[in-house]
Amino acid sequence: MLILECPYCGVHAEETELHGGGEAHLKRFGPGSSDDDFHDYLFMRENPRGVHLERWRHVNGCGKWFHAARCTQTLEVFATYSAQTTEPPQEVKDKISAKRPGWSWREFKG
Amino acid sequence: MSNAVSVLNGASFSGLVKVADSGLGGMITLRGDHASATLQAVVKSVTGAEVPAIRKITFGAAGAVAWMTPDELLLLVDYAEVDAVVAKLSEALAGEHHLAVNVSDARACFSVEGEAASEVIAKVAPVDLAPGKFVAGDFRRTRFSQIAAAFWLDEAGVYHVVCFRSVGEYMFNLLKTAAHPQSKVGVYA
Repeated sequence: MLILECPYCGVHAEETELHGGGEAHLKRFGPGSSDDDFHDYLFMRENPRGVHLERWRHVNGCGKWFHAARCTQTLEVFATYSAQTTEPPQEVKDKISAKRPGWSWREFKG
Repeated sequence: MSNAVSVLNGASFSGLVKVADSGLGGMITLRGDHASATLQAVVKSVTGAEVPAIRKITFGAAGAVAWMTPDELLLLVDYAEVDAVVAKLSEALAGEHHLAVNVSDARACFSVEGEAASEVIAKVAPVDLAPGKFVAGDFRRTRFSQIAAAFWLDEAGVYHVVCFRSVGEYMFNLLKTAAHPQSKVGVYA
């Protein structure tokens, strides 16, 4: 079972209290962007085996959105962090690097 | 004026524990900055309670205040006083970013009382209620089986459960089932 600590209310919430929100740190390409950019924004998603950055919502709790860095292979959770960011904070990157040296995910690296 | 009644009009059930509809209670959703001195002062003046710490509930002479989210509080006051309290909050917080709404009739409240109360709630909610893990004054929003709910424990060892009124009957039936006299597990005994 996946247990994530909500960074807003500090609850160690198990999966049934949460709702997955898909991939984290998407950059939106809206009106005026090229067809290729718009296509990639809509459809191209990471599906890694290993380190993954995701959005989650503490739906049966405080209701806030947050980010989680976890491993899709082992269900190990490296860290959860605020939703008010466009990239993982350095301390989160460091935590992932400590467990998975040399990791990379989209443009982010350890 | 219509005759207001709570969702199950005071129904109760005795099994492993006593489950009862708590009757009419006033509830106010108050959103705003918890750290604001104005907000803290007006909350204290209407309930007699301090703004609670994270995942806590505080009690005062005229009501209680529960921590809902980093920017939301739940005020529990007397049902008849709600409109007056909302008016007071709105007046005191004018000019500050806030929201104060009377949600009394949108909610249902139940009490779960008895030695096996922790066990009955732990059967339906994903919360660790082992002795010492959830103490008087703690407040938790979570789910009860399929519905969203919140609960707290008071000094007398009674759990109070709050959910939406529209699912009040589901909640009562759920707690009744969990408190069936022959369903004792004894996990916290």
